[in-house]
Amino acid sequence: MTLNRRSFLGTSFALGAALSATPLIGQARPRVVIVGGGAGGATAARYIAKDSQGAIDVTLIEPTRTYYTCFFSNLYIGGFRDFASIGHSYGKLASDYGINVVHDWAVGVDRDTKTVTTAGGHAFAYDKLIVAPGIDFVEGSVPGWDISAQNRMPHSWKAGSQTQLLKAQVEAMREGGVFCMIAPPDPFRCPPGPYERISMVAHVLRERNPTAKILIVDPKASFSKQALFEEGWQKHYPGMIQRIGPDFGGTNFSVNPETMEVDIDGQVETVDVCNVIPAQKAGRIAELAGLTGDNGYCPIVPATMQSRMDEDIHVLGDATIAGDMPKSGFSANSHAKVAAMQVRAALTGSTAFPAKYSNTCWSLIDTDDGVKVGASYAPTDEMIAKVDGFVSQTGEDADLRKLTYEESLGWYAGITADMFG
Amino acid sequence: MREALFLGLALALSGVGQAHAQTRAEAIGDAERGAEIWVFCSGCHQIGPGAEIGIGPPLNGIFGRRAGAISDFPYSRSMTRMGRDGLTWTLETLDAYIENPRVLVSGTRMSFDGLEDPGERADLLAFLRDFSDRPSNIPEAAPTARADLPMLSEETLAIVGDTAYGEYLSSECTTCHQRDGSDQGIPSIVLWPQRDFVLAMHAYKQKLRPHPVMQMMAGRLSDEEIAALAAYFGSLTP
Repeated sequence: MTLNRRSFLGTSFALGAALSATPLIGQARPRVVIVGGGAGGATAARYIAKDSQGAIDVTLIEPTRTYYTCFFSNLYIGGFRDFASIGHSYGKLASDYGINVVHDWAVGVDRDTKTVTTAGGHAFAYDKLIVAPGIDFVEGSVPGWDISAQNRMPHSWKAGSQTQLLKAQVEAMREGGVFCMIAPPDPFRCPPGPYERISMVAHVLRERNPTAKILIVDPKASFSKQALFEEGWQKHYPGMIQRIGPDFGGTNFSVNPETMEVDIDGQVETVDVCNVIPAQKAGRIAELAGLTGDNGYCPIVPATMQSRMDEDIHVLGDATIAGDMPKSGFSANSHAKVAAMQVRAALTGSTAFPAKYSNTCWSLIDTDDGVKVGASYAPTDEMIAKVDGFVSQTGEDADLRKLTYEESLGWYAGITADMFG
Repeated sequence: MREALFLGLALALSGVGQAHAQTRAEAIGDAERGAEIWVFCSGCHQIGPGAEIGIGPPLNGIFGRRAGAISDFPYSRSMTRMGRDGLTWTLETLDAYIENPRVLVSGTRMSFDGLEDPGERADLLAFLRDFSDRPSNIPEAAPTARADLPMLSEETLAIVGDTAYGEYLSSECTTCHQRDGSDQGIPSIVLWPQRDFVLAMHAYKQKLRPHPVMQMMAGRLSDEEIAALAAYFGSLTP
C-alpha cells in the first residue's frame, strides 16, 4: 500500500516537474504559502513581499478577518485598552504589499506534492511553506474540561470573543465571589501571561468588587517574573490572591463546568468564574503536516527556522521548540525575519545574513506599574541559545515602572506596524 | 460707520494684547535655570553661534519660526504638515509642545516625554528666547559634549556602513521602533546623523547609556553592524 502510493506519487511528481519545467524557467514567480496570520505569519508575509519587491508570490492563509493580538488582551480585560485597539485587519498586507490574503482554514499539507488544502476546498501549491499556526490545547490535560465547556469556563488563551467573555464574567461576578485560574504547565504561550492576567483581574476586582478573591491552581513550582508579580500583588492587592502550587496539590485537580466546582487535591471549591488555561501543543495543522515531535511542538533548525522534518517548510512562533526562547509574539516576530530572509535567499538568491534572535516581554501589574524581561539569542548546532538578558528588579521606583509601561505601548505600536504594515 | 467703529475697537484691543505680551516676554522665566534644563535638549539640539543640524534642528531664532522650516532637516511628516497648516513657534505653542510633544504633533520624531512643571517650561523658554531676535545678547553656546559619550577610535567612526546589511539588521529594531520615524512611546531612530547614531549605539554597548534592552541589543553588534544600521536608518525618507 505504502509502496504503491509512493511509486504513484513519484510518477506524478516527475510528470508535474516535467510539465512545469518551462514556466519555471520562464516568468513564473516562486510561490510561498504561509499558514497563520499572527505575529510570526503576518511578519513573514510582509517581509518576504516587501523585500522581494514582487519577485515572490506570497499567499497568507488565515481564518479570521480581524486579528486580535493575544499580547495586550490582558490589558483589555483590565480596562487599559478597548477591544478595537487590539484588532488588526489584513487590508494593508493585501493592498500595499500585494499579498494574496485568503481567509480560510488550512486543513491539510501534502508534503509530496507541496500543496496546502483549505476547508473552503481550495489547494495552494508552494515552493516554500511557512507554518505559523500558534497553539492548540492538549485534550484531557484539565480533567473535566474540554473545548465544549469554553463558554462556561473560558480559556481566553486565543484572543477574540473568548477574551470578551472572560472580561464580562469578571465584571458580572457576585460581590465577594471567587475567580479561579487553572494555570498551564510548561511550555506554553506567553510565560508571564497568566500572572499578568491575574494582575489585571485583581485590578478590576479591587475597583468593582474589593471583597472578591482570586485562586490560582498552578502545576508549576515557579513562573516567569515571579518575584516581581508577587511583590506587586502584595503591594497593590494585599490578601486578594492565593496561589496553590504543586506542593499543595496544584498538580492534582479537576473541574466541573456544570456545577462550577474545582477539585484541588480532594478539596472541592465552588467558584464564580473559572479561567481554564489547558496544557498546549503546536497548532493542529503542524501535527497534520507531520512537523511535530514527541512533545507536540515542532523541532526546527536553529540557524534558519526550517522544520527538522522538511527543508522546504519553516515553522515559526509558539508552534516551535525554539531552544531558550519563550513562546511570545516578540519571539515569533523575530523567528519570522530569519525565516523570511532564508526563504528569499533560497528562491531569489538574495543574501542570507547570520540569524539573530531576541525577545522582550512587558507585563502590567497595576496602573503605571510595568515590568519587563528580555534576552538575545543566537543559533548553535543544537538549539537557539540565550546570549544575554535582563529583567526588571523588585523595588524599582514608580517613575521607572511608569516608563516601562509607556515603553510597552510604544512596542505595541511598533510590532503591530511591523506585522500588518 | 459701524465697520469703522468695530475696527477701532479691535485695534485698541490688540494694542492691549501686545503690551501684555511684552510684559510677559520680559518675565518668561529664569534663563539661567533654563540653561540647566537645556541639558535635556542638548543631546539632539544645538543653539548659539555656529549651531548646526544635529539629531534635531538648531534652535536659534525658534521664536516666530514656522514649524518644520529648516530646509535641510528631515522632519517627520506630522511636523511638516503642521508647519504647512500654519503652526508657528510662539511662547504659547512652544509651551504646549514642550509640555507634551506628541499631543501637539502626534507623529513627531522628537523623543522627549515633556516637561510637566510649568515653571521649568517657563525657565527653558526664557533660555531659548535669548537665542531669538536679540542677536547682540547671545551668550556662548552651552557645551554639548555629554558625559555618556563613548571613547571611540577614528577608525571605528570612519567605518562606512553597508546599507543592505543594515536593512536586514534593522528588522530587529523595528519590532519596537517605528520605521516611519514617529515616536509613539519608543524613541525615533530614523534620519539621525550617522555619527550621532554610531556614538549612541556604542554608548549602549559600553553600558554608558542605561537602558537594559538597548544595552542588550547593542551589546552583540559589531562595529561594522552598528555602522550598517547607522547607514540604513540615516538613508530612509521621512
